[in-house]
Order: sequence, then C-alpha cells, then structure tokens
Amino acid sequence: MLIDRIEAQKNPTKHTLVAIVENKPGVLNRVASLMRRRNFNIESLAVGTTEDPTVSRMTIVIDASKTNAALVERNLYKLINVIDVQDLSEVPSVVRELALIKVRTEDAKHRGEIKQIADMFQSRVVDVSLNSLIIEVTGEENKVDSMLKVLAEYGILEVVRTGRIAMARG
Amino acid sequence: MKLTGAQIIWEILLQQGTEVVFGYPGGAILPTYDALVDYQDRIRHVLVRHEENAALAADAYFRATGKVGVCMATSGPGALNLVTGLANAMMDSSAVVAITGQVASHLVGTDAFQETDVTGVTLPITKHNYLVMSVEELPQALTEAFYIARSGRPGPVLVDICKDAQQKMTDYTPISEVKLRGYRAIKPFPQNIPLLLQRAKELIDQARRPIILAGQGIKHANAHEEFRQFVEKSGIPVATTLLGIGVLSEEHPLNLRMMGMHGEAYVNQAIANADLLIALGMRFDDRVTGNLKTYAKNARVIHVDVDPAEINKNVPADVGIIANLRDVLQQLTPMIEKRTYPHWLEQIAEWRKDTLSHDIMQMPLPEDMLIAPQVMRLIWEATGGNCTICTDVGQHQMWETQYFHHTRKNQLITSGGLGTMGFALPAAIGTKFGRPDEEVWAIAGDGGFQMSIPELATVVQEGLNIKIAIINNNFLGMVRQWQELMHNRRYSAVEMWTPDFVKLAEAYGICGLRANNVKSAREAIATARAHNGPVLIEFVVEKEMNVFPMIQPGKSLNEMTRRPIQPAALGGGFDFLDAQK
Repeated sequence: MLIDRIEAQKNPTKHTLVAIVENKPGVLNRVASLMRRRNFNIESLAVGTTEDPTVSRMTIVIDASKTNAALVERNLYKLINVIDVQDLSEVPSVVRELALIKVRTEDAKHRGEIKQIADMFQSRVVDVSLNSLIIEVTGEENKVDSMLKVLAEYGILEVVRTGRIAMARG
Repeated sequence: MKLTGAQIIWEILLQQGTEVVFGYPGGAILPTYDALVDYQDRIRHVLVRHEENAALAADAYFRATGKVGVCMATSGPGALNLVTGLANAMMDSSAVVAITGQVASHLVGTDAFQETDVTGVTLPITKHNYLVMSVEELPQALTEAFYIARSGRPGPVLVDICKDAQQKMTDYTPISEVKLRGYRAIKPFPQNIPLLLQRAKELIDQARRPIILAGQGIKHANAHEEFRQFVEKSGIPVATTLLGIGVLSEEHPLNLRMMGMHGEAYVNQAIANADLLIALGMRFDDRVTGNLKTYAKNARVIHVDVDPAEINKNVPADVGIIANLRDVLQQLTPMIEKRTYPHWLEQIAEWRKDTLSHDIMQMPLPEDMLIAPQVMRLIWEATGGNCTICTDVGQHQMWETQYFHHTRKNQLITSGGLGTMGFALPAAIGTKFGRPDEEVWAIAGDGGFQMSIPELATVVQEGLNIKIAIINNNFLGMVRQWQELMHNRRYSAVEMWTPDFVKLAEAYGICGLRANNVKSAREAIATARAHNGPVLIEFVVEKEMNVFPMIQPGKSLNEMTRRPIQPAALGGGFDFLDAQK
C-alpha cells in the first residue's frame, strides 16, 4: 500500500523528456553542452541503447520550476543528431529509476530488519557481507527516496542511482 | 572514380558552387593545399594573414551573396584562430563551412604536434561539426555540411579532417541528395498554421497602434518583395533590427528605421507605446528590448521565425508561428485588409520631430572640426547610397546606422550579435569577392582597425579595390562612452595611441589620405572614389563624443539617455558630454 501511494505521487515540477538520438560519437556531449550553454537545469540524464542499434534513447528530467521544458525540447530539436523528442509529462507513462544501496549491518538482527524493509519495498538484497548489505531497488524516485530515508537509520555506506528512465504507456 | 580525400574536398566544393575559399595552409591541411594546385583554375583561394579573418571574410561573403562562405585552416592554432569568426557566424546566422586539417587518425588523442580537439572547442559555436577519421566518411560529411549550413536557420558547420583521410584514396561518386535522419530545415512542429494565421489576422484587425519589428530572417527567406507588399497593404510602420537594415528601403515612408539601444528615440517610443508587435525573423535580442519586464508591456505579440527555439525565448508570443517567412507573408498578406493608421503615424511623426531637435546634425558645429556622423553623411552623399558598407563594432557602427540611409537590399554588412571588433576589413574582402562590381567601403574605428591591419596585405595581394575609412578618435570610443556614462568618467584602458595611418597605408602600397574637417573629408572621399584601387582614409574626429540616444543596459525603452538639445559651450570648449534624461 505504501508503495502504491508513492507510485501515485507525481511531482509536478519535474518534467520528463525522451530524446531519440543517432548513436554516433559525441552525441551525449552535444546534449550535455546544450544544457550547460543554455543554462538549463537538469535533474538527471540517462542514456542507453534501444531495439535499434543505430539509435540511443536519452531520458532527461528537468526541474520545470527553473527551466522552461518547451524551450529545452525545441533546442534539442536543433541538434542535428536528434531524431525525435517526446514530452512524457503530458502522456500516461511508466517511470523507473534503479538504485543500489549499501547499508551497514551490525548483527544478524539488523540484517533481518533490513531484509524485511527490502521486501516491503519489493526490492532485493543482491550482496551480503559480514558488515553490510547491498539492496537493489527500482521504482519512481519517490520510492527510492523513501527507502533511503528508512535505511538511513541503519547507516548508508554507498548509494548509486541511475536517474529516471521512462516510456509512454500503450 | 578513385580520388584522394584532398581531391574529394575540392570536387565537393566545386559541386557546391564554391568560387572562393579564404584560408591559410599548414601541416595537417597540406595534402588539401597540394591538391589545390590542380583546382586553382576553378576555385580561387585567398591567402589571409590570420585565420580569424578567413572565417569573417567567409561570413561576409555569405551575407553579400547568399552563397555558403568557405574557409580553411590547419589543425591546432590554425583551427583555433577560426573560433571567433565561427562564433560570429553562429550569432548572426551566416552559412559558413569551415574545413580544418586534423592530425593523422592514429595520432588523435595523443597530444600530437598541433593537435587540438577542434570539434570539442567549436561544439557550442557551430550549427554542427564533424570529425572525419577516414576518407570513406568524407564525401557524406562534407556534403551534409553544406546542406546544414545553408538550410533552415543558416549557420556555420566545421568539418575537421584527419591528415590521412586527406591522403588516402577511395571510390568517389558525388552525393546528389542529402538524407539526414533527424535534421529538417524546418522542424514539423504540431502547429495549425491556417488557424494561427487567422488569429494573427484578428490581432492585426483589432490593433490601433501596431508596429512591425523586421529582422534578418526576411533577408534569409529572400522575402523582401513579399515583405514590402505586406507593409504597404497593412499600412503598419516598420522598425528594423541592426541586421534587419536593408530588408526595406530606409527611405520608405513606413520604415521608421533601426530600433534598440541606439535606435532613434521616436522608434523606441513607438515600440514602447504599441498595442501590437509583429516580429518577423528577429529574436528580441537584449540590445533591442532593454528591460524585458517593461518591454512593450501593452502590446500583443505575433512572432514568426524559422527557428522554433526563438519563439517564447525572451518575449512571450500571443501567436507564434514556426515557418518560412516567405510562405507566411504570401498567405497572410491576402488575408488582411488594406488599412492606414493616420492617428498613430501622426503621433510617431510628432515624436520624430522631437528626435530631430536632438540630432547633432541639426546643431551648429564649428567649421574646423569633424565628427563621425558627418563622415557617414558625406560617404552617403558622395556614393548616392550606391555601395556596400562593412562596418566594425562600436560608436562608428551605430552612427553609420543613424546617418547612412540604406535604400538598397542588404547594403550593410556588420557584426551584430557577437560584436566582433576587427570585422570591417576582412568583411570588406569577403564582400568584394561576392560583389566584384560593387563599390565596397570598410568603415572601422581606430581600435577595431588595429585588430585587422595585417589584412591590408591581402587587399594588395588580391588586387582588391576597397575603400577603407578609419574613424580615429584615439579612444576605444564605445567603451569610453560607457565609462563616461556609467562609471563616472573613470577612464580605464581606453586611450589609444595610433600609428600614422597614412604612412602605414603607403608602406603597403595603398593610397593613404587624412581628413580633419568637413571640407578635407569631402575631398578625401572624392579622391578615394576616383582612384582605381584601394584607398585608406583616416578621419580624425572629435575625441569625446557620445552616441545618442542610448538605452543603458537593463533600462526600459522609455528611459533613453538623450542628447542635450543645445550642446554646452559652443566654440571654446565644445562639449557633448552632458547627458541628460
């Protein structure tokens, strides 16, 4: 239930753009350079391959309270290697982020508690050592944020987050 | 056909209709210069004296002809010297293709001799760029470069070509059609253009004090005629941007002339009081708008531009249309009613009268002195306006716009957005190649001219008949003006020693003249025009004179600093400095 509520929360100031770009050297540099040059504020930028090896997909999250998302979209279009831009904030979409969280564990009791928390967040323990656990969690940023808050009680040693990826539904 | 990469470069230039290349050779571009020997009967190469001037000349060549300007340089320092010229072309939307040599592909990334990551350096100041590592990629990249440079909103494209890609051979077949996956000259945005035009028409119908803001986009769309028809049918007065000068004759009764920081007061007054702005191919630069919060605050805005990123960038548009201006004007003109705005034009005429009372040329001036506005007027009168003017950046540039009335198409070539000092002379060189039968004047201040003195050698070597006017006040005039008005006259690094320009010209084998009053200025201009060859005239002008009116940075259009109506103390101490509101 907790998770559903978090999933349903939408942060209205965050805008998700997906740019389909040619898979050529330097394209990431061009997009990053555009953001810096135009003084656009971006929250995250995730890049990956797609079903078509000649194109890559970039998911760009913009803080719309500081940056006009429509201008970002239009400027992206000016880059020669950008094939298409979609604004996913205006259509129903699936949004995910993946995080790896290394948590300190002092004893078996802690381990058990943390495992329970991981289960509640529908996440997995992917590494166990004497003094720590690594948990893999996927979901919207709010879910990851909540989990981090809870785990902070135990002592977080290391965190890595992928940044948002998104896809329109249907 | 088996060709080397170097030969392919020249073949593609020929295919693209290139007639002249401005460049400078060096190690990494040597194979291309070797191949040039076999092509120099078909393409003229102009050896400049500094690569920056190659890029600026190519930029001006585009502005003079509408054809892509081409410049060439070697790797490292050669390519880096192009940077200012490319940024200039980017800011003013000039189609330029820059070809640079790069170290051999196996050396890329090793800090080889004269290696620089040129595509990295030029990424934010080009419309696009390419690093060509193999000869096989070359035909595609260079052909695309020309297409990208001239289509849509024009801009510079750099192609960096490794030395071995120039040397190796490949089968070459010319590429007749460019297919780019993402790029379209005009991005098809989800717009209902007929509906937007209908809304634009409604806004025009309702307007009582409309004004057209005309920019360089009209020139790039080659829509001068369509624009004139639109203006005359709509009856709406026109203000132009600096680069929009020449899209409509400045003697046309509806052309109010240049707006913005140093636009005449009545033009800015008209914009500040307008109830509708029709912005065509312009981008609401800060030099045009002043303070955005107060800019034309009672006006609705129709904004037409080919670049989607310009709509709503600085000034929100009630109707924003992303399209070719020519298409838009062809559709919009028949939709609107033929109208006149007698009350509005009367009001503007009233303001114009007031502006004239502040005009320095309406004030009595001592005979033994010379001021820059007089020089502009004298050149205008002597040439009858039949010449192309290339100006530099600064006070003289603004006086030129105020006192030379451009009646012909695209007669003024000047550095707008970037404000590149040293532009005038290389621009005049590029212009002269683009318009060989035209009388070409380079007008520069003593500061800007000292940045491009080496190109006098190019002028002589290429046998170019260019007239050069140096407006010498022994100051960096515009910077001095800002220090005077905004920094309590604390002059800092603006006084300039200058060489004896007449002797300097003579050292280059150029006819050198000097003038320091109206009479000698008039004579010098006449002598220069009669002389069949390059002439340099040094106009020694009043040292501390300001360009008025002026909207100081951050101020609103109606907060202009005006010239005092009666200059204080005529005669003994002639003083233009008392700036009053």
